[in-house]
Amino acid sequence: MSEPPGATLAPEAPTAADEPPKSLTAQRVVPLRRPGRWIATAVVLVLVAQFVHGLVTNPFYQWDRWAYWFLRPTILDGLLITLEVTACSAVLGLIGGILLALARLSRSPVLRAVSWTYVWALRSTPLIVVLLFLYNFSALYQTLSVGVPFGPAFFSFDESKLATDMAIAVIGLSLNEAAYAAEVVRGGILSVDQGQHEAAAALGLPRGYQFRKIVFPQALRSIIPNYVNQLIGLIKSTSLVFYVSLLDLFGTAQSMGSTYPGDIVPLLLVVTVWYLILTSVVSVIQFYVERYYARGATRGLPPTPLQKLRAGLGDLRDRVRREAAV
Amino acid sequence: MSTADTLETAPAALEIHDVHKWYGAHRVLDGVDLTIRPGEVTVVLGPSGSGKSTLLRVINHLEKPEIGYVSVNDELIGVKRQGGRLKELSERAILAQRGRIGFVFQNFNLFPHLTALDNVAAAPVATGKLTRPEAQALAKELLGRVGLGERVGAYPRQLSGGQQQRVAIARALALRPGVILFDEPTSALDPELVGEVLAVIKDLATSGTTLVIVTHEIGFAREIADRVVFIDGGKVVEQGPPSEVLDKPRHERTRDFLSKVL
Repeated sequence: MSEPPGATLAPEAPTAADEPPKSLTAQRVVPLRRPGRWIATAVVLVLVAQFVHGLVTNPFYQWDRWAYWFLRPTILDGLLITLEVTACSAVLGLIGGILLALARLSRSPVLRAVSWTYVWALRSTPLIVVLLFLYNFSALYQTLSVGVPFGPAFFSFDESKLATDMAIAVIGLSLNEAAYAAEVVRGGILSVDQGQHEAAAALGLPRGYQFRKIVFPQALRSIIPNYVNQLIGLIKSTSLVFYVSLLDLFGTAQSMGSTYPGDIVPLLLVVTVWYLILTSVVSVIQFYVERYYARGATRGLPPTPLQKLRAGLGDLRDRVRREAAV
Repeated sequence: MSTADTLETAPAALEIHDVHKWYGAHRVLDGVDLTIRPGEVTVVLGPSGSGKSTLLRVINHLEKPEIGYVSVNDELIGVKRQGGRLKELSERAILAQRGRIGFVFQNFNLFPHLTALDNVAAAPVATGKLTRPEAQALAKELLGRVGLGERVGAYPRQLSGGQQQRVAIARALALRPGVILFDEPTSALDPELVGEVLAVIKDLATSGTTLVIVTHEIGFAREIADRVVFIDGGKVVEQGPPSEVLDKPRHERTRDFLSKVL
């Protein structure tokens, strides 16, 4: 605008200008310019370029060896073990966590005390110690039997046959995971409005139904982000099963590294990239699960990244067209 | 409304007998007695903190009275008589009894993750009274009755406050309760939405449902109440038809309260 704003406020006044003044309401608002953002973008781009350049050109990383190892069958076998251990422990840990959280929130003082003690004990013990204890469990208790406490046994198992390396790893991780999941689930349940419990009780809904259909689905909104956080930690904790002689992704890379000492760095990079891929997949799943459980919590569902991209491109096109028209 | 004669002779729909409730040293209810006949519409008035909400919550046993009992259609709520004493019922039994008492909350408390239809259909299905298709048909009918036949698929947050409260009323009706309790049903609403909720309650009142309503809408009380109960300090100060309690109050405290709210 070449005219001062005052001139546009009095459009009925005859003006000598060649262009008739537009009324203020008919004008588009010029967005605030943000030069700081452009500077920040430039700085970040330079830093990223430097980092990528270093990764690519530094011979220390040996990318050719990385490519050699990345899809090797031994590595993929290790990856499979990691996935199996993670999947089993995540499911068992979550089930255990839900039961512990329910016990902790129950009206029975016995259940509350048991749950509190379990969480206290398992959270206080390093995971590696739990795993090593279980690994040596068969030495401490050779047979497990079912029977009357302190009385005769009906049948018993030989412990060393029952406890495979896989079983030890899954049990150890699940025990640990359940303690943390219990607190995540408990927090989620506590985040549900008290009015929801009251409304469910006032309608006379059976207790199990109240939990499954009313409280838990709402608790999931806050449980999911926290539990996924926990799950991503678990994926990486599985690297500890190496110490109970189970060759997972990390364990395989570690043992290959001692066979081929020159390849330690590319092997660690292989492991890093695989863990990156796993956590990325989990994050994508998280997004869609969260979106599903947002039903009713927001007036509309948040857009998926694809929808956002489409909307963004549409906006850009409109803007270009507008600028071209002017 | 039924005539005074039938109200006198019919058995009590709801009986509150010498109910005391306290939290620590704080006495919330201090010996409340009330007998409500079937089809009667009772409006409970009282200053904030007088115990009126607690009284409603004691009726459906969301709060346990320390002394006294409540009975609905001659059935004790939350307790049973055994060897001359009152013994607490199991939670399962109490939940089953609540199906006979509808409750409408001040803050609606609809289930936000369920559609209006599922909010209404949930209880009859969960308690095994109706199959799912039957419950959904009933829910549609009830939502139509409260004027929301078009919004059955909406989630609570997509509805206005007045619409949400009407869904909550339909939800309370779904179990065909003998008594419906309203805890300040219009207090959380914008003024222009109060009317639509009161219209639904009025419709219930004229259809012969037994209602107990805690409210501050004095004009509404005068219009629909068969009886107005004024509570203060956890005690019933006075009760009677609106023409007496609202227009010619006998007690100083009632007069004082009415002068403030009118």
